Amino acid sequence: MNTATAARVPFEPWKDPQAKPYIRIVNVTKTFGDFVAVDNLSIDIYQREFFSLLGPSGCGKTTLLRMLAGFERPTSGRIELDGVDMSTVPPYERPVNMMFQSYALFPHMTVEENIAFGLRQDRVPKDERNARVEEMLGLVQLSKFAKRKPHQLSGGQRQRVALARSLVKKPKMLLLDEPLGALDKKLREQTQFELMNIQEQVGITFVIVTHDQEEAMTVSSRIAVMNHGRIAQVATPTEIYEFPNSRYVAEFIGDVNVFEGRLSEAAADHVRIAPVGGGGEIYVDRGTSAAQGATVWAAIRPEKIDVALTPPTDPSVNCIEGTVWDIGYLGNLTIYHVRLADGRKMTAAVANRTRLREQPITWDDTVYLTWAPDSAVVLVS
Amino acid sequence: MTKGLTKINLVALTFGFAFLYIPILILVFFSFNESRLVNVWGGFSLKWYGELFRNDDLLGAAWVSLILAAATSTLSVVLGTVAGFVMARFTSFRGRTLFSGMIYAPLVMPEVITGLSLLLLFVSIDWGRGLGTMIIAHTSFCMSYVAVVVQSRLVSFDRSIEEAAQDLGATPFKTFFVITLPVIAPALVSGWLLSFTLSLDNVVITSFTSGPGWDTLPVKIFSAVKLGVKPEINALSTIMILIVAVGVVVASLIQKRAMVERQRAERLAAAANE
Ligand SMILES: Nc1ncnc2c1ncn2[C@@H]1O[C@H](COP(=O)(O)OP(=O)(O)O)[C@@H](O)[C@H]1O
Ligand SMILES: [Mg+2]
Repeated sequence: MNTATAARVPFEPWKDPQAKPYIRIVNVTKTFGDFVAVDNLSIDIYQREFFSLLGPSGCGKTTLLRMLAGFERPTSGRIELDGVDMSTVPPYERPVNMMFQSYALFPHMTVEENIAFGLRQDRVPKDERNARVEEMLGLVQLSKFAKRKPHQLSGGQRQRVALARSLVKKPKMLLLDEPLGALDKKLREQTQFELMNIQEQVGITFVIVTHDQEEAMTVSSRIAVMNHGRIAQVATPTEIYEFPNSRYVAEFIGDVNVFEGRLSEAAADHVRIAPVGGGGEIYVDRGTSAAQGATVWAAIRPEKIDVALTPPTDPSVNCIEGTVWDIGYLGNLTIYHVRLADGRKMTAAVANRTRLREQPITWDDTVYLTWAPDSAVVLVS
Repeated sequence: MTKGLTKINLVALTFGFAFLYIPILILVFFSFNESRLVNVWGGFSLKWYGELFRNDDLLGAAWVSLILAAATSTLSVVLGTVAGFVMARFTSFRGRTLFSGMIYAPLVMPEVITGLSLLLLFVSIDWGRGLGTMIIAHTSFCMSYVAVVVQSRLVSFDRSIEEAAQDLGATPFKTFFVITLPVIAPALVSGWLLSFTLSLDNVVITSFTSGPGWDTLPVKIFSAVKLGVKPEINALSTIMILIVAVGVVVASLIQKRAMVERQRAERLAAAANE
């Protein structure tokens, strides 16, 4: 795409103890009657971040976003933006804009008027207003459609109008509630990259709500995985994927094989896990916080598992034997569902690097599943 | 799906339309009657239309009716919108059931009772009856219709556009005027037209609340036909039918054109997208 990407310094303010959080969500709880939608939640978000709230439907993502926008008041806790407590500031006075899930375009106004609306409220002089609207129209490539009404636009165009309208006031924070949810898959993927480019150009802090884990992985600087109104984990996409902190996160993000087991050896730099169902011990070359003898789970991503018809020559490598139960050919990948001796199933995803394997693996073959010591993650909850 | 009419359908349709429109056609037909007798054809003539425009009494009544209907429907739209808004938006406040019952009551209340109670009210506070009392009386039932129309429009209203307006810096008050009202404007227009027609042909409540010299057209017609139908009344009715018919046709043409234009625009947008 662009050559600047390669030279970019890593953007990781959350690792810098000197950096001041831009948005602080402090012990925020929101209840509707007896129902706790957001439960004592705290997050720090840094300037220019592209921060995702990810979780299944109903876990409180929209509620949290609406509290950031000012449409809901926290039952307790506080929200600070750039050092200012926002708790009692009404939505029309917050330096925050939101892009709504339904886009919420004003049906009786043209594209141009929709985008200009926010500037009109601030009594921005006409010349400047026109210039900024034009700039936004250019940014989202809708200059040709300025005079159209929302109903004369396609879904993708409406989405871009909504984006332009919420960016034109240069808010300190832009909130996006499932911004791409209404687009079809192809357009969605393309728009994800556009959204990232736009965010980089305007330099505004984005907080996006999504239930689509691939989307969150693609666009985010960091992801907060939510579960029943609480934070399960906040980390970068890579960390979330490679080092989930719980079975909930591991299973929510992508596919994963999870073995329950007992921690038979817990050293500082490695552990061994004896699986509950029997079979060989699993060796992981990282320490864990759990004590020896504790129940833990080993999580292994399917693409980190290799499938072979012959046992590995090195006996120290992690290996489990099983029979092929089902094969799914996806073109770029082949998915093997393997049944182990104790009846459990494991999934392995193998990249199809060559056209055809010399010796194809087929149904009911006995296979050996192997993975490296650094491929598994030990989960304590 | 070009299913032809069966014989039974055709007969039913003919009877239905005949039942609805033959009386009106007879009325129009006899408005061009030369003869003074309403049920004897005496040849074609426009003389009753001429008579009508020389009849200051009827023209005065028509004028009163129009002013009354215009004032009533305007006032009803304002009050009815407020009431409909409260009903649609404030779904739980103390006394809501009572409030909504009171909004709907005028729709089902016998007109005689509404008229009589208003008359008693005006008499007891010693308010001289005239245009003012008639406007109040008509508004008291027309605003209920507007409230119902506005409420049902607001129920299907996407509230996120109001939130979007506030998010962009408009106060709730301003949002109501620049976003909510323009979007529900068609409902207000139809509420206004509904009130206008309801007010225009009301007889019962009007007779209770009008004062001397403020007779409306329907009241005039009603008392005139008690002394026998005059051909002039036929002519007047024909003009009213014409006005209503033109209004309906124009309104539906405008609507249809807007729809066709919209579909064309959507097709264009779809094509531009490929
Ligand atoms: N205004 C409200 N009144 C009552 N319950 C609500 C309200 N808003 C949201 N909820 C409830 O809070 C929970 C979280 O909702 P939401 O934040 O919309 O979830 P998400 O966006 O993650 O799907 C849901 O169970 C929803 O029913
Ligand atoms: Mg939601």
